Amino acid sequence: MKKGIIGKKIGMTQLFAKDGKLIPVTVIQATPCAVVQKKVIDRDGYSAFQIGFEEIEERKVTKPLSGHFKKAGVAATRYLREFRLEGADDLEVGQSISVDIFAPGERVDIVGVSKGKGFSGGVKRHHFKGGGASHGSMHHRAPGSIGASSFPSRVFKGQRLPGHMGQDRVTTLGLEIVAVKKEQNLLLVKGAVPGAKNGLVIIRDSIKK
Amino acid sequence: MQAMELVEREQMREDIPHFRAGDTIKVHARIIEGDKERLQVFEGVVIKRTGGAMRSSFTVRKMSYGVGVERTFPTHSPMIDRIDVMTRGKVRRARTYYLRGLRGKAARIKEIRPEAGA
Repeated sequence: MKKGIIGKKIGMTQLFAKDGKLIPVTVIQATPCAVVQKKVIDRDGYSAFQIGFEEIEERKVTKPLSGHFKKAGVAATRYLREFRLEGADDLEVGQSISVDIFAPGERVDIVGVSKGKGFSGGVKRHHFKGGGASHGSMHHRAPGSIGASSFPSRVFKGQRLPGHMGQDRVTTLGLEIVAVKKEQNLLLVKGAVPGAKNGLVIIRDSIKK
Repeated sequence: MQAMELVEREQMREDIPHFRAGDTIKVHARIIEGDKERLQVFEGVVIKRTGGAMRSSFTVRKMSYGVGVERTFPTHSPMIDRIDVMTRGKVRRARTYYLRGLRGKAARIKEIRPEAGA
């Protein structure tokens, strides 16, 4: 990872490419993020940059956190995330990162928390085929057989069954940056991004080329 | 939501005339063949308008050699040169899908003429 920023998913829309083709885009708002803390190998055992996103009023943060922000000399923020950046040694505490670290055409990976689906059945959760809908079928969306009989006399671990779905950390790889709007702190990314509107997303340079 | 509007407004076209389902329009579409560009006119009845702002589109239906042809255009597409509204049709619904089942005389739509002096 060479660069990264924290943002908020605003929503999706469409834009026309130069050849008249419509491209789906996700709009992400990423107001400038300040570096709050620099983790170093000598003291912390690893190197990383702690970055704050979305400024909030001073009184809304706890006293320990307030001190943490004061030490860095930056405004209090709602979210703090760490980035293990390589080759970013010139980045100092208090310095701010904005959307212009990315350029159109670049590929990025985006991390978000997927929309929660609650307790979901096998058809939705694991793409089970399901049974016939009519003609006397009494097997619609049930999981069916989950194992054999006297051997092994138990259900194997990891058997795919209904359960809680969604609200997981999901990373979408290799999304193309369509446009960067510095004045409005917006990033326009081609395609869908995990999570709901107003959800927190982490944008970083792609691990794939 | 402001940010969203900002992004959408950027590419929206102001020169698209007002029209609705039931109207007969001429769409002058840009066709690129190799490195040449020409205009193709698609004239027919609007059967639906969908979506809002930048994401809106409309569908035009015409009869071509006895075969019904429907074409959907994104309203703000740069591939549309211009749109001429030929006649305003008197229809009672927003989606004139019933035209698909009709042909010839039955598929006519009564025209709304602009009132004299208006």
